[in-house]
Formats: sequence, structure tokens, C-alpha cells
Amino acid sequence: MIGAVELGLLYGVMALGVYLTFRVLRFPDLTVDGSFTTGAAVAASMIVAGQSPVLATLAGAGAGLVAGVVTGLLHTKGHIDGLLAGILTMIALWSVNLRIMGGANVPLLREDTLMTPLRDADLLGGTWLGALAFLGGVLVLKLLVDWFLATDLGLAIQATGNNKQMIKSLGVDTDFTTILTLALSNGLVGLCGALVAQYQGFADISMGIGLILVGLASVILGQAVLGQRVIFMASLAVVLGAVLYRIIIYVALQVGLNPNDMKAVTAALVVAALLLPRWGPLKRVPSWRDLRGGRANGRAAAPVAEDAPAPAQKEA
Amino acid sequence: MLTIDGVGKTFFPGSVNERRALTDLDLRLDEGDFVTVIGSNGAGKSTLLNAIAGRIGVDTGRIDIDGTTVNRLPEHRRARYVGRVFQDPMAGTAPDLTIEQNLSLALLRGERRGLGRGVTKKRRERFVEELRSLELGLEDRLKAKVGLLSGGQRQALSLLMAGFTRPRILLLDEHTAALDPQRAALVTSLTGSIVAQGGLTTLMVTHNMQQAIALGNRLIMMHEGRIVFEADDAAKRKLTVEALMAEFGKVKGASFDDRAMLG
Repeated sequence: MIGAVELGLLYGVMALGVYLTFRVLRFPDLTVDGSFTTGAAVAASMIVAGQSPVLATLAGAGAGLVAGVVTGLLHTKGHIDGLLAGILTMIALWSVNLRIMGGANVPLLREDTLMTPLRDADLLGGTWLGALAFLGGVLVLKLLVDWFLATDLGLAIQATGNNKQMIKSLGVDTDFTTILTLALSNGLVGLCGALVAQYQGFADISMGIGLILVGLASVILGQAVLGQRVIFMASLAVVLGAVLYRIIIYVALQVGLNPNDMKAVTAALVVAALLLPRWGPLKRVPSWRDLRGGRANGRAAAPVAEDAPAPAQKEA
Repeated sequence: MLTIDGVGKTFFPGSVNERRALTDLDLRLDEGDFVTVIGSNGAGKSTLLNAIAGRIGVDTGRIDIDGTTVNRLPEHRRARYVGRVFQDPMAGTAPDLTIEQNLSLALLRGERRGLGRGVTKKRRERFVEELRSLELGLEDRLKAKVGLLSGGQRQALSLLMAGFTRPRILLLDEHTAALDPQRAALVTSLTGSIVAQGGLTTLMVTHNMQQAIALGNRLIMMHEGRIVFEADDAAKRKLTVEALMAEFGKVKGASFDDRAMLG
């Protein structure tokens, strides 16, 4: 359970990135599947080559950033459909990642990583202190995202996703804002890849497969519970969603589901999170934000809201 | 201020759908001119505005704003000079952003946007003052999302956003057409006051003849990509809807579109 929470908090970094593209820019960016592994591959290779883990992690984020720029250029300057642009980068990155790692995986077992101090102090897996450290880190990133979106540039990015024509007529180069958002998003995803590789002790070519769904599941799940009306809550919800997702997967495994089925579980979860709020009786299920705002009728409904993801497990 | 010199634009050239939207068009606006534009469907009114704003490129001719040739500048680089309100009330604002965030976006028209705070206390004070002039009570709803406003309120806000930074040219593209008569009247009167206050050089397309006569100091009538009738300040004062219709009758084969309003 603690492990699931730790992993969830790490993946919260990726979820913040997916939030930037999927919700803020409204761009379905599939680059994520590739850039996550790229971040992991770069960081792992550099650590094995003897570089400092901090530098290696930052380089992983930088590599993700570059991948985002490529997708952005394909989409804006090349006028390639957004989905396809992401797929193209993602597929190309598969080869790039193999090149970076020089094989299908890079083990980090006896290397010095960012996780080594935590592990040496026995803070990971067994106690909540490791999770607390992760929580602090991801919250700092979340606050950075909040701050950035409230700047003049950040507002221009929000407007790019919201009303492109309008913000163009106000003098913003939407090509630039699109590329920038994709870069920042994939930078976060690359950073997440670098961190996850160090946490699990290896980078693997297939670690990013289906990751975009994990990101979407986190964003949708979290925002279904916490809401997305103000950015502070929306980005918090995304991190919470990432943790929630890991807990659901953890529970699904505990219940005895086959680990190989987890991709299907994830897909079902996303479908459920997308469809359930639109279905008759569940439409009336208030989320936590409604309760807090005093718009819902009774507290009795709250547990239902928390149980909302449950049907997904049944479907799986 | 604005000089349009021999501008031509043909859509789908060389195909069966070829359509000449603008034909060798000349137009000059002096500082402070407020020109209303009327004409039949497909007369090229919107194409003219789009050409000035840079949303479409022109095939021939030159467009100068304030002595700068802007032909080759993309739309976002022309935004420094050009403020714009669209026909669709939804088009001019970002619905998921708040009123104050939208105004902040408009405040930096054409300027570099950095990592400074988008909505500062100082800016907010200015917004309150500007919004008060609309007399719609929006100054008390700075943190409301624009998507919650009515069409008329959104269009009034769009108008404010287009005009309050005093762009060199203000383009209004049938910006009251999608509103009910009451709201349209409100936005029309706001247009008059915002243009007068800022001394804005304005080009307004309208299908409402009464509005075309009531607002502005010059009027042009377009047909098939040309200006076929022009009234200067003195002539415009004497214009009536009937006289305008008579002028229009002289243009062979022209008829106002169904939406044209006479009264």
C-alpha cells in the first residue's frame, strides 16, 4: 500500500504534464508514451556512466522537453494532426530510446541514484516518510505549474487551449504557446520517467507503453473527485488522481487480478471515468467540491462519490 | 492611418469555385475616422476586414497601418495595431478564463508576455474602472468565468477588450448581428462611446442600415469586391435609409441579403 502511494506520487509528476496538454491546451498528446521512457533511458544511462544522479535526472527532463518540441513542431509548422504528430514522435522515440540505452533495459541496482539516500535510511516502502518526501516534491512542482499558469505567458497558454482565434487576435503566436506547452509537459513526463527508473531500479524500453492512459486516468479520476474549476484544485486533483489510480491498481492486484490485465483495467477505468458522470443516476452524485460548496443535499451521497471508480473494477 | 492600395483577393483561383472577393480596392482612413461598411452578401466586407487583420493574405496591393506595410505580417504580429470584435459573441473571449484574466490578456495586446503575474492589483483597479463604464455590473464579477455571461455581456466585454488598449485600428465585423434587438442597441451605443472615448480609427461592417447611418463619420457600400458608393461626413449626415436603398438599386444585380434591416 505504501509502495502504491509512493509510486502514485511519483507518477503525479507525469500527471501534471498530461494535465498541461490534455486539459489546459486541449491537445491529446501521445508523445508521453515515448518521452517517459526517454527520460528514464537518459537518466539511467547517465547514472551508469557515472554522472551525478541530479544531473542525470535533469537531463532526463530535458530529453522529454526536446521530444515535446518535436511533436509541437510537427503539429504547428508541419500542420500534422495533433494525434498523429504525437504518435509519430512516440514511435520514433522507441528506436531513439533503444539507442540511448544500448539495449532493452539498463539496471541501476548497485548505482548511486536519487533514491539511494532514502533507501539507505530505510524510508522507502516500509514507512510513510518516503511518501511524505515524494509528496513534498510533487507539491512543489504542482505549485510551480499553478504559478506558471497564472503568469501573462501562462494565461496566453490557457487561452490558446480555450479560444485560439481570440488569443491570436490579441497578438499571441499560438504556434509558440503550443510548442512551449508540449515541451513543458513532456519535460515533466521525462522527469517522471527518470524518477521512476531510479525508484524501481531499472529503465526498460517498454515502461512507457500505455502511459498516456495512466495519465488520462489520473487527470480524469482526480478531477472527477476534486473538480477542476480553479487551477489550484485542478492540479491538486491530478496528483491525487495519480495516487488514486495506483491504489486502484494495487487493490485490483490484491483481489487477485492478473498483472497482465492491468492495461485493460486502466482503459476500463478511463472509459468509466469518462462515461459515468454522464449517465442518469450518477449525474446526480455530487463530488467533493459540490459538497464543500454546499450545493448537495446530504452527506450521505459522499461515500457514493468515493466509490465511483468501483464499477470499473467490476467491468475489468 | 490605414491605407489600402489596390488590394485584390481571389479565393480558389483557377478552380470552378473561383471567386473574386476583393477587386483592386482602394480605401484610406484618417486618424479618428469611423467608417461604416454595408453591402450585399459576398460583397467582400468580411474579406476586407480579414485582410486588414491578417487572417487571410491578399494577392495584390498593399495595406499600410500607421505608415507600416503590414501585408506580410502574420495575424498575431498585426494584433499590435488591430483590435477586433467578431460577429459571434463567443469568439472574442476565452470562456473558461475569468473576466479579469480575459482583460489581462487583452491588456497586453501585441506585447511580449513574460512570467509576471497575469492579474495584479494595479491591473485589477484599472479593470474595475473600465468595466464600470459598461454599466453592466461586471466590475463586481471580476472572478466570474466569462462563459457564464450572456451573449450581450460577452460582446460588450469583447468590445472593451478590443478597444481599451487604443489599437491603431478597430475592426468590427457585424458585432451586433447575433444579439437580440435590445442587446444590439446596448452594444451599439457602447460602440459609439468606446470609439469616441478612445478616438479610435474604426471600420465597422454592419447589415443594419440604420446603424450604418447613425454611427461613424463616413459610410461605404461594397459590391462584388469594390466600393460602389461612398458618403463623407457631410453627405452622411443627410443620408436616409431610403436614399441608401436607392443608391443600392443603382448597382446592377445587387440585392441586400435577407438579414438586411432597414429600420
